Amino acid sequence: MSQATDTTVREDGVIESVSGPVVTARDLDAKMNDVVYVGDEGLMGEVIEIEGNITTIQVYEETSGVSPGEPVESTGAPLSVDLGPGMLDTIYDGVQRPLEVLEEKMGSAFLDRGVDAPGIDLGRTWEFEPEVEEGDDVETGDVVGTVPETASIDHKVMVPPDSEGGEVVAIESGNFTVEETVAELDSGEEIQMRQEWPVRQERPTVDKQTPTEPLTSGQRILDGLFPLAKGGTAAIPGPFGSGKTVTQQSLAKFADADIVVYIGCGERGNEMTEVIDDFPELPDPQTGNPLMDRTCLIANTSNMPVAARESCVYTGITIAEYYRDMGYDVALMADSTSRWAEAMREISSRLEEMPGEEGYPAYLAARLSAFYERAGYFENINGTEGSISVIGAVSPPGGDFSEPVTQNTLRIVKTFWALDSDLAERRHFPAINWNDSYSLYRDQLDPWFAENVADDWAEQRQWAIDTLDEDGELQEVVQLVGKDALPEDQQLTLEVARYLKEAWLQQNALHEVDRYCPPEKTYRILGAIKTFNDEAFDALDAGVPVDEITDIDALPRLNRIGTTPDDEADDFVDDIESDMTEQLRSLY
Amino acid sequence: MKEYQTITEISGPLVFVETDEPVGYDEIVEIETADGQTRRGQVLDSTSEHVAIQVFEGTEGIDRQSSVTFLGETMKMPVTEDLLGRVLDGSGNPIDDGPDIVPEERRDIVGEAINPYSREYPEDFIQTGVSVIDGMNTLVRGQKLPIFSASGLPHNELALQIARQASVPEEEEEGEDTEFAVIFGAMGITAEEANEFMDDFERTGALERSVVFMNLANDPAVERTITPRLALTTAEYLAFDQGYHVLVILTDVTNYCEALREIGAAREEVPGRRGYPGYMYTDLAQLYERAGRIKGQGGSITQIPILTMPSDDITHPIPDLTGYITEGQILVDRGLNSQGIQPPVDPLPSLSRLMDDGIGEGLTRGDHGGVSDQLYAAYAEGEDKRDLVQIVGREALSERDNRYLDFAEAFEEQFVQQGYNTDREIDETLDIGWDLLSMLPEAELNRVDEDDIEEHYQDDVEAEVTAD
Repeated sequence: MSQATDTTVREDGVIESVSGPVVTARDLDAKMNDVVYVGDEGLMGEVIEIEGNITTIQVYEETSGVSPGEPVESTGAPLSVDLGPGMLDTIYDGVQRPLEVLEEKMGSAFLDRGVDAPGIDLGRTWEFEPEVEEGDDVETGDVVGTVPETASIDHKVMVPPDSEGGEVVAIESGNFTVEETVAELDSGEEIQMRQEWPVRQERPTVDKQTPTEPLTSGQRILDGLFPLAKGGTAAIPGPFGSGKTVTQQSLAKFADADIVVYIGCGERGNEMTEVIDDFPELPDPQTGNPLMDRTCLIANTSNMPVAARESCVYTGITIAEYYRDMGYDVALMADSTSRWAEAMREISSRLEEMPGEEGYPAYLAARLSAFYERAGYFENINGTEGSISVIGAVSPPGGDFSEPVTQNTLRIVKTFWALDSDLAERRHFPAINWNDSYSLYRDQLDPWFAENVADDWAEQRQWAIDTLDEDGELQEVVQLVGKDALPEDQQLTLEVARYLKEAWLQQNALHEVDRYCPPEKTYRILGAIKTFNDEAFDALDAGVPVDEITDIDALPRLNRIGTTPDDEADDFVDDIESDMTEQLRSLY
Repeated sequence: MKEYQTITEISGPLVFVETDEPVGYDEIVEIETADGQTRRGQVLDSTSEHVAIQVFEGTEGIDRQSSVTFLGETMKMPVTEDLLGRVLDGSGNPIDDGPDIVPEERRDIVGEAINPYSREYPEDFIQTGVSVIDGMNTLVRGQKLPIFSASGLPHNELALQIARQASVPEEEEEGEDTEFAVIFGAMGITAEEANEFMDDFERTGALERSVVFMNLANDPAVERTITPRLALTTAEYLAFDQGYHVLVILTDVTNYCEALREIGAAREEVPGRRGYPGYMYTDLAQLYERAGRIKGQGGSITQIPILTMPSDDITHPIPDLTGYITEGQILVDRGLNSQGIQPPVDPLPSLSRLMDDGIGEGLTRGDHGGVSDQLYAAYAEGEDKRDLVQIVGREALSERDNRYLDFAEAFEEQFVQQGYNTDREIDETLDIGWDLLSMLPEAELNRVDEDDIEEHYQDDVEAEVTAD
């Protein structure tokens, strides 16, 4: 939480009533969305309704023991985050308080109340290197210098969006804290590394463009069938146990973004701990540096205060926008947006607002779309290009996709990865259903894949889709009459589809090789299956029985390509392809 | 402490009182009725003129003249190591005729959230001795793994078996005492069920290392909302102050949720799904998330909540919200139960999210993960074939399909079936797994490593089956 600026605190209200996280105050002089401090302990809250002399506040901390008559102080400023070097490799709660600092300040593993901490370390110095010289003209958003924030990321110090810009009159390299002036303009304005920005307000840009580059994820089913664009939006809905979090974490680990903002919104504490433990150990597939070097974590677990859960997605996206302004490609994972929606519902019901569908507030759809709309491929005000890709997990009650959060999300996002409990039960992971999922980015991304991976990327994918579709239809028949009752060519299709599912779509997130599959390998595995398909149908045409075709011993090796190290995979696939061809041709 | 005689409204479990001094949210209240009884309650809503109080022990006998005292503090649980071996009621008062409890400390029962940064990731394998859990849904120390059951199913037997047999083999080898302290929180269960638990605790001597909280079916429903919090506060004290490894069994969460709904309805709140309050997810999370381990501290809290799914429906809000918070679920199945399988756990919808980090080389065995995945895939396939065989008959199926059918049957009868008194070592469990997998052709085993197949796969079993 941003609190470094000296806001004059006015003591001007008293608590009128307390009901869970919702507190009302009398005689409080505050604007909508202002941050206030509630009660003797100074619990942080935000103004969410003003009616007559009564101001309604949602409190970001537990309110046990708070009583009417205690004071309320307004800061006169909306909920804001501190932006500057030091956000990467850090884990925050929903209002940008660093959890490591909170542990230290509270001296306990449990989260106490009324303790605040700035979002970035105000005491730490950073090595500032100017990018402009004295006499240069700078405008809003321009980069005046850089700071090596982590081994992977150079942090760019920018002229804040609310500044006019001007001529640089003083700038030099050296070690500075985030509050010290690193550049001076002729207008007298001083530029520091630290900026503040209200979380509910989008940071300005020049233009939003159509994304044309994929955010490759190293997940075969995603890159191969349902790709996401840099600057795109995706939703992963699924019942519990279907692998939302594993998929989100795989994306956070392997997506080729420069920066990852991972929001654990109302989810399990142990899951966040796993991320905190794993990410510093795992290498970033792009740079080889620890993953944490490019990651900012926001953890507001399910038992942490509900109002802070409501704000955590905004905290996350504001941080993402700040890195986008530097020209980086940012990927933001929100796990889970349903918990965010439920937090809105809980607050709304305490306000006794008229509910919409299933008790959710009537503004649910508007809030969701406004959030996803902050994603995109942008031209920044400093002329650079940057992107924010948003991947939101959705947890539909009972796994029923017809509920309001899933439906309202689907109206906005362009990629839909539908998780399926049936697949999860048979341990087919990632349990993404290939019939229900879609990506509307396919066409605009195909040129990139054609240029960077293979010319026939799109055709080969279409073959896979057709085969899986046909398999889906045949499976219905098989359910009724059994496989042996089908004609031989259809039996062969089923067998090909089985390899598509087992060797290509399935991927082991825990295997140290298989967990990340570069697009080239995704292409090769699919190619090998297609080679089998083509050769097998030739053999079938030549009169070879289907049992003999599927009995060749090169075939099961298809399942081992995924776990073969990337540098050996090419040779391995070559071998399989030639063995399969040879063995099949020898049958006729 | 000011006394009020200004009750304005009594409605269900709620009492509304006019006040002229501010009263804290969540504060504890004592209400004295005309006949001298004292009831306790908690502030649900506090404004400068009146407060709403939820009365734990029911509102019968309270009238406008009853006197109301606000105690000026939130609900506390007196904690001490001496609680071990004691039986308390749902409000934390001893009911075992034992000596008075002299507390070390009085702790707020709401409990604070564990800082995710301070948590230690759970990865110590707990051997429950139940194959279907150890082999395929492994429990680890610090996990919350509920049992999803339904009325008429033996979930209590399973919970007791786990409580009796749970141990940590890795530390046992080092000569450490790995026995768990058991905290048992009963919410609205019948006296008969309670006896079943108490008898078992007494028979096995487990009571000495247990703290029992009893809110029975005829105890006040609203009290159920505090019973688990008292239990968990005690658990936290024992785990994080005294270094115990604590196993918390809460039963039945469904009754707890019914009590939440009752209070929500009395307050005329906007209901969520099926009339349950919209904040039920948050409320349940505040219970379940109190499981875990903390960096630099010896103890741990492992939770096994039991819930009965109304009409066996896993999409009902109670199991649904629970499943979204807990780290998996163990599903007790009616079909398996009527087949006489003990314990009747259906592995397919069961899941342990923390399994992968608790198993493997050095923890259990290198082939554990592969065996588990392969058993899952094969049993799922066998189940599919059962649907098919209903329609076309066994003769119409291919040899491969028949193998899977045989596998599914043998799997249920040898792997899942073991009885409530059999304690299987993890090696034994995995070996049974290999015996079963050996019924399938080697080429079908695509989830296990080739080296493991080499080591454990038995060719002769295959031959036997083919010979039939």
